[in-house]
Amino acid sequence: MSPFEILRFALRGLAANKLRSFLTTLGILIGVAAVILLVAFGEGASQGVQQSIQRLGANTLTISASFGGGGGGGGGARQQGGPRTQARQLTLEDARALADPAEAPSVKSVSPVVAAEAAVAVHDGASHALSQLIGTHPSYFEAVNKPVEAGAYFVNDDVLAARKVMVIGRTVAEALFGAVDPVGRQISVSGVPFTVVGVLKESGSSGMQDADDIAIAPLPAVQQSLTGFGPLGSIIVQATGADTTETAQAEVTALLNQRHGITPTGTADYRILNQAALQETVSSTIGTFTALLGAVAAISLLVGGIGITNIMLVTVTERTREIGIRKAIGAPRSAILGQFLVESTVLSLVGGLAGLLVAFVGTRFTVAGIDPVLVPSSIVLALGVSVGIGLFFGSYPANRAAKLRPIQALRHE
Amino acid sequence: MTAPVLEVRDLVKEYGEGEARVHALRGVSLTVERGDYVAVMGASGSGKSTLMNILGCLDVPSSGRYLIDGTDVGALSEGRLAVLRNRKIGFVFQSFNLIPRMSALANVELPMAYGGVGAPERRARALAALEQVGLADRVRHEPNELSGGQQQRVAVARALVTSPALLLADEPTGNLDTASTGDVLDIFDRLSASGRTIVIITHEDDVAARAKRVIRLVDGRIVEDRRRIPAGGPPPRAASGTGEDTAAGTVAGAAADVEAAG
Repeated sequence: MSPFEILRFALRGLAANKLRSFLTTLGILIGVAAVILLVAFGEGASQGVQQSIQRLGANTLTISASFGGGGGGGGGARQQGGPRTQARQLTLEDARALADPAEAPSVKSVSPVVAAEAAVAVHDGASHALSQLIGTHPSYFEAVNKPVEAGAYFVNDDVLAARKVMVIGRTVAEALFGAVDPVGRQISVSGVPFTVVGVLKESGSSGMQDADDIAIAPLPAVQQSLTGFGPLGSIIVQATGADTTETAQAEVTALLNQRHGITPTGTADYRILNQAALQETVSSTIGTFTALLGAVAAISLLVGGIGITNIMLVTVTERTREIGIRKAIGAPRSAILGQFLVESTVLSLVGGLAGLLVAFVGTRFTVAGIDPVLVPSSIVLALGVSVGIGLFFGSYPANRAAKLRPIQALRHE
Repeated sequence: MTAPVLEVRDLVKEYGEGEARVHALRGVSLTVERGDYVAVMGASGSGKSTLMNILGCLDVPSSGRYLIDGTDVGALSEGRLAVLRNRKIGFVFQSFNLIPRMSALANVELPMAYGGVGAPERRARALAALEQVGLADRVRHEPNELSGGQQQRVAVARALVTSPALLLADEPTGNLDTASTGDVLDIFDRLSASGRTIVIITHEDDVAARAKRVIRLVDGRIVEDRRRIPAGGPPPRAASGTGEDTAAGTVAGAAADVEAAG
């Protein structure tokens, strides 16, 4: 009895009850599609978040002041934590100290950052409210991974001379200039004219915020005209490499503690955000979430498998007499076992493949801002499990069929 | 002469336990030579169906020895038993027992499929067998598109297609009308004439009248074993003229009517 023959018998058996076979298949279809789709959405969400974090630049540390309330050196000492002498803002001097290669050898560059709020850019009658206007040093571009597409960055000379030059994002360029090349043209921000020297490469939306709705100018130019020479909003520190980020963080912490007079028991008046650590946290969170979704989907796959057992048991009972006839004319046990096993496996495999198809179609759609990403391993797993389910859940009914004594099976009505 | 096709010694079959114990067979010994045509007769409950199931290797005896073609069946594993059923025995049941939703051809091919015969040869042999039972024009029909007599003829084709050593028929005409009964019994006559060994179970005298040897069972024991014609000779019907044919048919028809009325 060739395997092809057994397959033919099995298909004939399934075709005899098309509706029943279809409904059983549906159970597996839903299970497999759910597993692949949910894992794809989880992976999509994870990749989306990681990309937006990476867009900020890998191996960078973001230092910001950590007390509530605005300006003034005062700030209220917090109740929790140890004694806090006096919270200080981040200053340009802090930034200069961090840039000292002797004190902080793992630091590659330091970019002091100020951000102007509610700045409106105007050009030739067109106006656009900038969601971010940043004053910084040229090292910022590399640290946060923002290459220019047209024109050039501003340089250190521009910073020293406080020149009113500006690099703008794609969204700003389109809003103000449309198809015209903005490089060399003038934008007026809150009445102050800036010359556009470059346009940033499009980096795409990061979900909540349009990362291309940005304008970057030399630090003193922004301070002079828009924010005033107050404290820095933040300092971006780029480590020399991904593996030195931790060391850089330690060096930065030591320096700032010393400069701000923070005792080992005191609470720091600044906060260091480590991109690598953040990325790890976020991806592990999303990983847990994906596993949870996958587990829920796996339960539906299991339910589908039990459906197969149920239907195969009904089929075996219903066809007991047929099994008896087959045995009477000399069907070996293996042929009967094979026929019913193949029937259940075909059911689950067809369901699995159909589920895969549904999942392929499903992942073409973007749902709630998440672009699903098919994970090959989830496809292999879901299909493998569906075949396994056919074999496992089909084996009990098939065994029961194969073990029937011919005379008992023939007497069955 | 080689070993007898069939040899049973002190066959006992009991059902149930203790008080509810039923003795279906109480020590049956029987030898069937090659080419014989044996009718086993008996009333309901005489144990003839039990004997049939044991002879067909569908059931196992409580005790006793059973040799088919010289092979001791009791010593065989389940797998060997399946091969034996496939190669040595052809079965014809009272209720036809064709597999539904499979064409006549596919039903006849089935034993050969399990026997591992290649597809082209299988097809040719199945067509030849169907031709032999006069159903060459019905090969594509499914069982529910065939009359009872035609279904039984398909079943006979299925039984003989593997050229078994032994053809077992369990009241093959029990569910058939007179004309179909005649058709099926004629086929058995032809098979017997061509040298096939046949054991047929019946409670109708006119069916038994066509056999070379008649065995009567009462309460699980053989009470009569009458040889009418030598095992090697032609079956009685083939030997006699056709004039008796119609008469026997009429009697059989009357018997069937009585049966239906009862």
